[in-house]
Amino acid sequence: MNLPAVAIVGLGATEFSKNSGRSEMQLACEAAHAAVQDSGLTGSDIDGMATFSMDNNWEIEIHRQIGGQELRFFARTEFGGGGALGPFAHAVSAIQTGQCQAAIIYRAMNERSGLRFGSGEIMNMNTLNPDMIHFSHYFPTGFMTPAAWIAMCTRRYMHKYGATSEDFGRIAVSMRDFAASNPAAFFYQQPLTLEQHQQSKLIADPLRLFDCCQESDGAVAFVVTSLERARDLPNTPVEIASVRQCAVPASRQITPFYHADIAHFPEFDALSCDLFRRADTAPNELDFACLYDHFTPAILPQLEAFGFCAPGEAADFVKDGHISRGGKLPVNTNGGQLGEAYIHGLNGIAEVVRQMRGTSANQLERSDQALVTAGAGVPTGAAILRKQA
Amino acid sequence: MNTALSDLEQAIEPLRKRYIGQRVGPYLAWNKVSRTQIWQWCAAMGDTHPEYLGGETAIAPPTMLQSWTFRDVHGDYAPGSTDQNTYEVLGKLDELGYFGSVAVSYDQQYLEYLHEGDHVHSFSTISDISALKNTALGTGCFVTELAEYFRQDKTLIGTATITYLKYQPNQTSTGAPPSSPRKIERIRPVENTDSQHYWQGLRDGKLLIQQCSDCDVSRHPPQPMCEACQSINWHTVESTRRGKIYSFTSIHHPEIPPFDSPNCIVLVDLDEGVRIAAQITGVKYDELKIGMPVRANIVEVQKGLSLPIFEVEQ
Ligand SMILES: [Zn+2]
Repeated sequence: MNLPAVAIVGLGATEFSKNSGRSEMQLACEAAHAAVQDSGLTGSDIDGMATFSMDNNWEIEIHRQIGGQELRFFARTEFGGGGALGPFAHAVSAIQTGQCQAAIIYRAMNERSGLRFGSGEIMNMNTLNPDMIHFSHYFPTGFMTPAAWIAMCTRRYMHKYGATSEDFGRIAVSMRDFAASNPAAFFYQQPLTLEQHQQSKLIADPLRLFDCCQESDGAVAFVVTSLERARDLPNTPVEIASVRQCAVPASRQITPFYHADIAHFPEFDALSCDLFRRADTAPNELDFACLYDHFTPAILPQLEAFGFCAPGEAADFVKDGHISRGGKLPVNTNGGQLGEAYIHGLNGIAEVVRQMRGTSANQLERSDQALVTAGAGVPTGAAILRKQA
Repeated sequence: MNTALSDLEQAIEPLRKRYIGQRVGPYLAWNKVSRTQIWQWCAAMGDTHPEYLGGETAIAPPTMLQSWTFRDVHGDYAPGSTDQNTYEVLGKLDELGYFGSVAVSYDQQYLEYLHEGDHVHSFSTISDISALKNTALGTGCFVTELAEYFRQDKTLIGTATITYLKYQPNQTSTGAPPSSPRKIERIRPVENTDSQHYWQGLRDGKLLIQQCSDCDVSRHPPQPMCEACQSINWHTVESTRRGKIYSFTSIHHPEIPPFDSPNCIVLVDLDEGVRIAAQITGVKYDELKIGMPVRANIVEVQKGLSLPIFEVEQ
């Protein structure tokens, strides 16, 4: 089956801040419009819209305002950050099957100045919706922040492999190093030392403050279309060489407690081989990666799941500098969600696009192929992106 | 009356131990001292003193002291400020019923002038929590805060001493209807057809685990269909409430009322073969270990809500 290839051709983003001072809808419109302008297309060329849950902007609202005419495809993926690659999977399928020609993928949020996910007020509602029925087994005990949920997995990883808080600290230091030289990052010119990490306060043991991603306001949007059409447009096309989502029977909405072994994220283990096979590539052929970093320890099982090192060896892989500046697999060269901003994963994908266009603040010498992942500890997804001539 | 007061005093004593003398900071100013802000202040106050705006470099009126490190309209401090909240103690007094709040004195001391371009930061210390007193407003205590303001070169430029009265409003003197202090409650579970048996079981003092009536596989949390054999026939078995810690965490920040901080949470592999998330008490957070044997009590944590709460089994 030879399906037409699909590529990212437009990129738009607002500034990232702690208080955007405008509505989430305005942020979405600004980023989406910028992405359309960047792509060389016009609003009326956009006939598909895709996003993922916890975005408060309806697809039709954004489509109308950026000058869209008929909307032929719209889709939304569940599971918050775990759904970050869902809209890419949807848009690729829709374009390959001719349901639409060009789609916008977007995420806009005032996650710092509005509802903060880490505040414990994430879903303080009392209705018969599936979220509340699910979270009823956790919220009444005060077990109600993403940090606390993921800390359970981190504890098991430490128990299994002897990883320490310093191992997580080195991940934070590496990303903050990238952030320090990225003017768009909140922590621009503010590198972090391991000592500062170790002295930062406990959030949910063993997670410390500097293990946690930021809370940010901002928006990111992309335009995707067929690679064939992309060749007539101004930007270097970034092909979505493979993308897929994954949940396994014990997967739950960000409460991944029921897998036999929660030291790993079994969804990544399950999808990894297939992802590489369908992109016809291998871990050692990738130049860099954008791994979902809501919390630093989540990086370690991801490095293992995608075969960059053997199970249990990720902490040493990090310690040897492989994910840092100059390493063999630089990870999150924008500073990640720890250092740049927390736009639910999409700002990392934007960095991959910039690297492949040669416009990153931390431009790598070689940036032809990269892995990107969506949220860990949730039903999730991953993709391999490839620079096209 | 005296006995009652001393009981109440005892409840406040831990707050004194915890908060008095704790110096919190820095709180950074959102903006450097600027001519614009000085002009706005002077214009609003009607202060036309030539020294402030007349010269090449604007000088800030000393009375602006407190304004530099104010929180913004969202209650946030400027980036780089500490996340610690100097007013946490006031919230703790709210929880004890002293939810009335009034500032009773405010003294400032000015040591140095601030010039355009200076960048202020401040530290705050709770310096005293007084004994309980019966006041005209109600019974309460005086909380005194010392705020110290610094220039970027760490020169102390001024201090402010602020005293608040935190009190339980007098019901008779105000004539207001008697009201109990607002109490923050736990979020209540949503009970639907699939899960109602579980929550009712807890109210009856039992931890009920769902079991498939066709293939005997146990499951938790509740769901309508057996994922092993797709049967929709099920019954419950009463758990022994015994098991071993599979993983654990303790939640330190943010403090989420009404929970203790840290709030220790465990994932327990129950002897019935299912895993459950719950609180654990009676153990320090840094003494928790994977594999510890634990047993749950069913506790009515608030009216109509009972939960399993684990303890380490000796
Ligand atoms: Zn069955």
